[in-house]
Amino acid sequence: MNRISQSIDNAVRSNHSRTIDIVNRGLKRRYRAERRFKIYGVAAIIISLGFLALLFVNIVGKGYTAFQQTEIKLDVFFDPAEFQDKLASDANYMAIVKDSMSRLFPDVSGRQDKRALYGLVSTGTVFQVRNILLEDRRLIGKTVPVWVPADDDVDMLVKGHMDRRLPEDQRRLKDQHLAWIDQLDADGRLRKALNHSFFTKGDSREPELAGIWGAMMGSFFALVVTLLLSFPIGVAAAVYLEEFAPKNRWTDIIEVNINNLAAVPSIVFGLLGLAVFINLFGLPRSAPLVGGLVLTLMTLPTIIIASRASLKSVPPSIREAALGVGASKNQMVFHHVLPLALPGMLTGTIIGMAQALGETAPLLMIGMVAFIVDIPGGFTDPSTVLPVQIYLWADSPERAFVERTSAAIMVLLAFLITMNALAVVLRRRFEKRW
Amino acid sequence: MLTINMNPLHLLIILLLLSSMGYYIGRKKAFAVAGGTKGLQQLHSRPVYYGALTAMWCGIPAIVVYAAWLAFEPSIITGIVLNGLPEEIRSLPDGRLNLLLNDIRNLVDGNIVSAASDPMIQQAAARYSQLKQISFTSLAIASVSLSLLALVFIRSRIVPKLRARNHVERIVRYLLIACSMIAIFTTIGIVLSVLYESIRFFRSVPVTEFLFGLEWSPQMAIRTDQVGSSGAFGALPVLAGTVMIALIAMSVAAPIGLMSAIYLSEYADRRIRAMVKPLMEILAGIPTVVYGFFAALTVAPFIRNTGDLLGFSVSSESAMAAGLVMGVMIIPFVSSLSDDVINAVPQALRDGALALGATRSETVRQIIIPAAFPGIVGSLLLAVSRAIGETMIVVMAAGLSANLTANPFQAVTTVTVQIVTLLVGDQEFDSPKTLAAFALGLLLFLVTLALNVVALVVVRKYREQYE
Repeated sequence: MNRISQSIDNAVRSNHSRTIDIVNRGLKRRYRAERRFKIYGVAAIIISLGFLALLFVNIVGKGYTAFQQTEIKLDVFFDPAEFQDKLASDANYMAIVKDSMSRLFPDVSGRQDKRALYGLVSTGTVFQVRNILLEDRRLIGKTVPVWVPADDDVDMLVKGHMDRRLPEDQRRLKDQHLAWIDQLDADGRLRKALNHSFFTKGDSREPELAGIWGAMMGSFFALVVTLLLSFPIGVAAAVYLEEFAPKNRWTDIIEVNINNLAAVPSIVFGLLGLAVFINLFGLPRSAPLVGGLVLTLMTLPTIIIASRASLKSVPPSIREAALGVGASKNQMVFHHVLPLALPGMLTGTIIGMAQALGETAPLLMIGMVAFIVDIPGGFTDPSTVLPVQIYLWADSPERAFVERTSAAIMVLLAFLITMNALAVVLRRRFEKRW
Repeated sequence: MLTINMNPLHLLIILLLLSSMGYYIGRKKAFAVAGGTKGLQQLHSRPVYYGALTAMWCGIPAIVVYAAWLAFEPSIITGIVLNGLPEEIRSLPDGRLNLLLNDIRNLVDGNIVSAASDPMIQQAAARYSQLKQISFTSLAIASVSLSLLALVFIRSRIVPKLRARNHVERIVRYLLIACSMIAIFTTIGIVLSVLYESIRFFRSVPVTEFLFGLEWSPQMAIRTDQVGSSGAFGALPVLAGTVMIALIAMSVAAPIGLMSAIYLSEYADRRIRAMVKPLMEILAGIPTVVYGFFAALTVAPFIRNTGDLLGFSVSSESAMAAGLVMGVMIIPFVSSLSDDVINAVPQALRDGALALGATRSETVRQIIIPAAFPGIVGSLLLAVSRAIGETMIVVMAAGLSANLTANPFQAVTTVTVQIVTLLVGDQEFDSPKTLAAFALGLLLFLVTLALNVVALVVVRKYREQYE
């Protein structure tokens, strides 16, 4: 505006110009400014969407290889000598595995070289071989071909995450290893197969044995608790505040309170959980039950706010009609208003659940960050959840955990996207315009 | 002794079954007193209400007893077991005592513990599990008999004149009120728990030192003769780090969020808007741990390498990486909140400006932004409170060392990072180290609360202006 008034001043000083001339003179500059402004807007959107794309490409690019696992084919010979005078479960399977490795590379000698050779397969191989025999004891004395998971370093090399052209002292695998791996590959004893253990196992220190199933079960139990508590409580609170509560100071306080709770940092809820649920009530640490309680308190504001909005959108004519034919106020609310508002409430709940599923910080406070190998089987078993598992793996130094972290993130995002899509579908399907 | 081999979940299911049984019994009784289907008109309420009333009386008191019992059982039993221990053990310092209790609990749960050989602990564990068994048995008896008593009592009260519907509706009303009170209780719980531990902390560390001290190194000595054992609890470097990261985040989020909100509400046509808005909201839905991973493994190395190329040193956990990624995370908050306030500006103002010959950008800059200014400020404040309270990004991408620096390429630490590092892992609950986390939590809560309240008030005032 200043510039415009300035140019008007100039124009007045130079007498004869008409207003339109002044406007026309400034027009080019103003249009340029207009275009620039518009470009800023487009740029802002492109930057944020570009970041989104970058994030997805980055995660998927790092993680998609984790769904495959390099396996090595061993010819395991269950030497009868190993099974003499002892229970089948006590046999020295380590020796059996080592023996089958040595037979693949008979010319390897010397302690160090042998140890390096045995390191090619995962430490979990021993248990796998043991389970094979325990399932069928007639295998004693026979040779069985078994695909066993390779060590994470081998896995990284095969997947191309390790550069074999680096000088030897900068690689985790030495030239010797590379020669063995090449020979295995040439013999057809190396393959990439679907990574079963990633979807069926709990956490492990060995990347090739680590899986997300334990964390997923933990998330599942925690979310069940959250859903069972937060949906009924949230809906009930919303119904009271929207339909029954008198408009007075007290309900004002509750309302402000709920809005504020929605904006309290999630870690503060973790502090609350630690102080109240664990220290005061003595509930077990690391339990999905406590995690679910904390997440309930966290998601309640979201659900209450969404449910109130949903109740608000039911037109008053429904209420008046119900009351008009003699329904009591409770009957009006529960028989007529609530069913109409329910889809909106469900949408809010699903979004709240998606938030809870992705939440990490408060769960760190209540000890769900422990290293837990076992798959949790109930609400009080120690467990971790999917986002916390991601956090734990992201901290691990092994290169192989990077791809597993990314893969776990992909699984988590897949769940979140499904939930949000469900919410959108629900809203589209049942949304009514009155 | 009577032993019942079931767990609390089974008992809860039994109580719920009893309650639903109550429903059928109550309803049946209602039919009976009415004298079959024909006499239903004599009843005050429909039979389902008699059933519901019975079910409520049958279930609610018993479940309340059940919940209260389970909530307070562990602490009471622990107290009893502790009192049973010899005097010299009870006078141990709290930390040792807690370890001992943990051993006992582990033994009860059947886990392997280091002190399993100690007969005294074995004895205590036996006592613990015995008490637990007794407690559970009495809980089962108490809650089931309470439920049955209520069932019999209410059943005997069912007569045609009983105003069952009114009773049920009143109970429902109370339940609804109780549910809406949970939000209040949560706030009170947060304040009390954080405040209580903070007060304990401020007994050993003065408030002034905490707020104005320039050194943060929350190590406490395990032995008194340890080197560097005196903890320093000056929160200023931590606060400075928090503010710096929040500033970086806001300098990313504020312009981008604002410009995209303006573009979407003033320029974009409906199709683009319908496509871009949900995409932007995906950014808000991505879990923060994912951003943290991205910041730590992609952005931070990128910034460090760029810094190396340009010839200045960047710490591997720089404030810049965490701040930038956090900024991207809060773009959608800024943009959707400002979108709302921009849309609330009356169309007449726009039309007036355009009619006078202003271009769109002039309208935005000189009419809409001034008109929406309070609302925009409110949404920025909310975004700042988000940035301050954000945890995972900074835990994964910012550092642990509390440097008091203005250089965004150095490692700094934040309030939330410190809370996490102080509280994750085994801790004892009386060292200033652990309590310091609660003091930081109190600070965090108060600051974000203040920001939120101011923002909500500003936005509300602004809304009223145009309604």
